[in-house]
Amino acid sequence: MKLQSAIQFASAAVALAALIVIGPSAIAADSIDPAADAKAFQKYFTDKFPRLELKDFVNGPYSMNEDMRRQWQEKEEFPPYEFSLEAGKEMFSTPFRNGKTYADCFPNGGIGIRQDYPYFDGKEGKVVTLELALNRCREANGEAPISYVKDDMAALTAYMAFTSRGKPFDIKIPNDPRALEAFEDGKRYFYTRRGQLNFSCASCHVQNPGERIRAEILAPALGILNAMPIYRSEWGGMGTISRRFVTCNIQTRGVPLEPQSDEYRNLEYYLSYVSNGLPISGPGARP
Amino acid sequence: MSVFQNKVSVLALSSALLIAALSPAQAASEVDFKTAYAAAEAANKEAGRLRDQWTTTQAALDAANKAADAGNFDQAVASAKEAEALARASILQATSEKDAWKALEIR
Repeated sequence: MKLQSAIQFASAAVALAALIVIGPSAIAADSIDPAADAKAFQKYFTDKFPRLELKDFVNGPYSMNEDMRRQWQEKEEFPPYEFSLEAGKEMFSTPFRNGKTYADCFPNGGIGIRQDYPYFDGKEGKVVTLELALNRCREANGEAPISYVKDDMAALTAYMAFTSRGKPFDIKIPNDPRALEAFEDGKRYFYTRRGQLNFSCASCHVQNPGERIRAEILAPALGILNAMPIYRSEWGGMGTISRRFVTCNIQTRGVPLEPQSDEYRNLEYYLSYVSNGLPISGPGARP
Repeated sequence: MSVFQNKVSVLALSSALLIAALSPAQAASEVDFKTAYAAAEAANKEAGRLRDQWTTTQAALDAANKAADAGNFDQAVASAKEAEALARASILQATSEKDAWKALEIR
């Protein structure tokens, strides 16, 4: 009996010791640590493409091989987004009916601030994207909101991105459990398989960047939003981040969510944060 | 039960199944369609609650409605059942992905 008790005691002690050793790392695996996530995310891509400079990831598929890069350099001589950029500049400076402009709604008059969006609004307890802020600006000034997926929104964000070109993404996650949960929710959305084709965002943009899906070369997730909005030859026009998310969902045969739904806002927060340090290159052009 | 009785029973059952299989199926009615459609719609609604509806489910529901409008209830029931199967698959996907997504995560 004494022997049995001794064995039981020893087993319990071993189990307790194992819990002490394993416990913290198991908890850490489930805790929300955006900085560690961003570090691991960037390392994954720089390990996968060791010849690519970090800043080059913002060029998406054009960074993936020499032919594509040459195509991009030639496109940039007469960029297809130029008309949108001009339209955006004009819209941005045209006063609303009350005499105010978009500049009145943003820090620094809206110039050179793209890299700070999206941000977490502590008052609202939610993520605010640039597209959302632009429509809120319109509504606050008595104007009707514009479509998140059409040309006007693309033009406005193209102009604002252009004024931030070269500035590194600087997304902040405040020490607020709601902000951390928003980041985690965005990550969950990014990795969750959906649609009849059972694809997650990561299926294409983490597991297969540089590979072809039909005629297209898949872009890496790292830096994927830095070039937004983009002119896509496939679309025959400009597209916002909202349009990108919606079409990605449809391509997997999933019903897209409403543009600027909480999930999409959080996804943008996650994807932007893990690309912190990479320069804004928008507006961009893609095949 | 004797071996002979057993054989007769098996033969009778087999014959009944064969007759049932070879008999033309009864044509579906509007009530059958409405029942099948309601089940599919409920499953798709649940998928919506889980934020994981599929475009193909909606397409099958639309096809069911179109067939019913044309009075083709066999096709309408078949499409509604397909829609329900797709919706149930999307629910299964959403449920299993609640934790499965973590396996893809870069750490």
